[in-house]
Amino acid sequence: MLEQKRVKELNMKCKMIRYLTIDAIGHLGVGHIGGCLSIVEVLVVLYYNHMNIDVNNPKMEGRDRFILSKGHAGPTMYSILADKGYFDKKLLYTLNKPNTNFPSHCDMKRTPGIDMTTGSLGQGFSCAVGVAIGSKIKKDNATIYTLIGDGESQEGQIWEAAMYAAHKKLDNLIGFTDYNKMQIDGTTDEINSLEPIVDKWKAFGWNVMNVEDGHNVQEIDNAILSAKKCKGCPTMIILNTIKGKGAYFAEQAGAGNHNMQIRPEQIQKALKELK
Amino acid sequence: MYNTNVEMRVALVSEIEKIMEKDERIVFVDADLGKAGGTLKLREKFPERALDVGVAEQNMASVAAGLSSYGFIPFISSFTSFATRRIADQIAISISYAGSNVKIIGLDPGISAELNGGTHMSFEDVGIIRNIPGTVIFEPVDVIQLVKALPQIVDYKGMIYIRLFRKTTPQVFNDNYKFNLFKADVLKEGNDVSIFATGITVSESIKAVEILNKRGIDTELINVHTIKPIDKETIVSSIKKTKAVVTCENHSIIGGLRSAVAEVMTEEYLCAPFKYIGVHDCFGEVGKFDYLLKKYRLSADDIVEKTLEAISAK
Ligand SMILES: Cc1ncc(C[n+]2csc(CCOP(=O)(O)OP(=O)(O)O)c2C)c(N)n1
Ligand SMILES: [Mg+2]
Repeated sequence: MLEQKRVKELNMKCKMIRYLTIDAIGHLGVGHIGGCLSIVEVLVVLYYNHMNIDVNNPKMEGRDRFILSKGHAGPTMYSILADKGYFDKKLLYTLNKPNTNFPSHCDMKRTPGIDMTTGSLGQGFSCAVGVAIGSKIKKDNATIYTLIGDGESQEGQIWEAAMYAAHKKLDNLIGFTDYNKMQIDGTTDEINSLEPIVDKWKAFGWNVMNVEDGHNVQEIDNAILSAKKCKGCPTMIILNTIKGKGAYFAEQAGAGNHNMQIRPEQIQKALKELK
Repeated sequence: MYNTNVEMRVALVSEIEKIMEKDERIVFVDADLGKAGGTLKLREKFPERALDVGVAEQNMASVAAGLSSYGFIPFISSFTSFATRRIADQIAISISYAGSNVKIIGLDPGISAELNGGTHMSFEDVGIIRNIPGTVIFEPVDVIQLVKALPQIVDYKGMIYIRLFRKTTPQVFNDNYKFNLFKADVLKEGNDVSIFATGITVSESIKAVEILNKRGIDTELINVHTIKPIDKETIVSSIKKTKAVVTCENHSIIGGLRSAVAEVMTEEYLCAPFKYIGVHDCFGEVGKFDYLLKKYRLSADDIVEKTLEAISAK
């Protein structure tokens, strides 16, 4: 269990990361706001409570790694990495601007702290399996974290990787599904349902945990701790989340918040509520 | 009169809708980009024939091939990157090798992927598809051309890749335009140099031709809307007349229009100064359209410069 004080601190961080992310996307006026806001809590718990990384040595050998397979949520990553000190927060405003090092989709050749280039859905997850195998060979005891979208889970490549990760008994691999139940064209249930999602991952040989409230830092932390103890197979943590969480205008837009145009007054209002 | 002020995707969907009403063989299969392509609305009217497999492009391609074997004519659609390189093997085997009658729509070609950046920006899609036997590659320049093309696309038996800019484009054609899927459009006749352009570079070339005209250069401008099979006859006779060549494409200079024209020239033993506009073997990046147009040197000014170089090398 986290101490009450720690829970409070992490929740404050979440607020701040949300603020930075909405501000950066708002500055541009368009972006993947929904999928950025649904993963704030899990990234905060990982980056502030679990990952063995070194800001001063972003490529440190044996470090824990995080691969954002749903690469379109790059802006949330950039907010976290900026806050951690990988680069100046002012640079967040260069999101998607000419010659930027902060493109909408994660690019490991451009951004310090980004562990894999993603954006073509399905691929990052397989990359994470490769990284986990590499870490096993090197015996460096790193934990490899990766996060996929629920829409992304419709890609066949996800299940190819899932099968192989279990076959290789990758207990150093912890995956998260951002189960916000929405993709671009509608809800995942309308388009191509993932249910029963827990049973699917179990059937693929994974240790599976279902976090009822994917925005509850305590529940997320518990799940990660328990995943770290699991031996002999990879873990998938299903996070039941809300797409656009924490910005009223985005939550209201439903599936329309995937890659939306945002008006300055919407941003101002959302930021005010986070102050 | 056709309303030419609509986005390409709006024109596409309203035509497809009409065609689907008349022709029960037509099915539309999306992969979670129905909103981007505008095809989402087809599902209300045709709940059985307008499908969405979710984010699963490989599945989309081969499901379409299955439907084709059952007598349907499927259209499939995604961003150019995922509609081609992501599913190259499914296009090669389930679609082309198997002789399936599937029409592929690739949205946001080249720099028009804009803020989606490098992962979504395809400069190689034409090269990939051109190398697969039995494929046809078509890129409309405006809504008139798109709308006139669709019935011919449906009538043609076999795979066609439609490289589709989604938004509004400058109008090039009017209602009287006669379209032939396999015949390039001579937009302007001239004697000094042949510019072969395709897609968004056509309207840039039109601007370039005006600038060149003021400098006393008599340019021939040809819109190669179908890169494969390429209209050899039109290309050969133009080059024989002008004896200088410029190709323009929103694509890599490897594998696309430049390559196709060069292949025609070598086959016909045609020798002429040859300059080209296109992306020089590199990946895309995020940016707005005008920024990327300048960055990759695809603008009217760049075309003028290359054209002058071609002429001075005669
Ligand atoms: C291979 C591939 N196909 C299509 C896309 C376009 N695309 C970007 S995000 C997205 C929907 C993803 O839905 P989901 O994984 O649920 O993301 P989230 O709801 O977390 O934003 C699609 C289809 C892509 N980036 N990659
Ligand atoms: Mg989702």
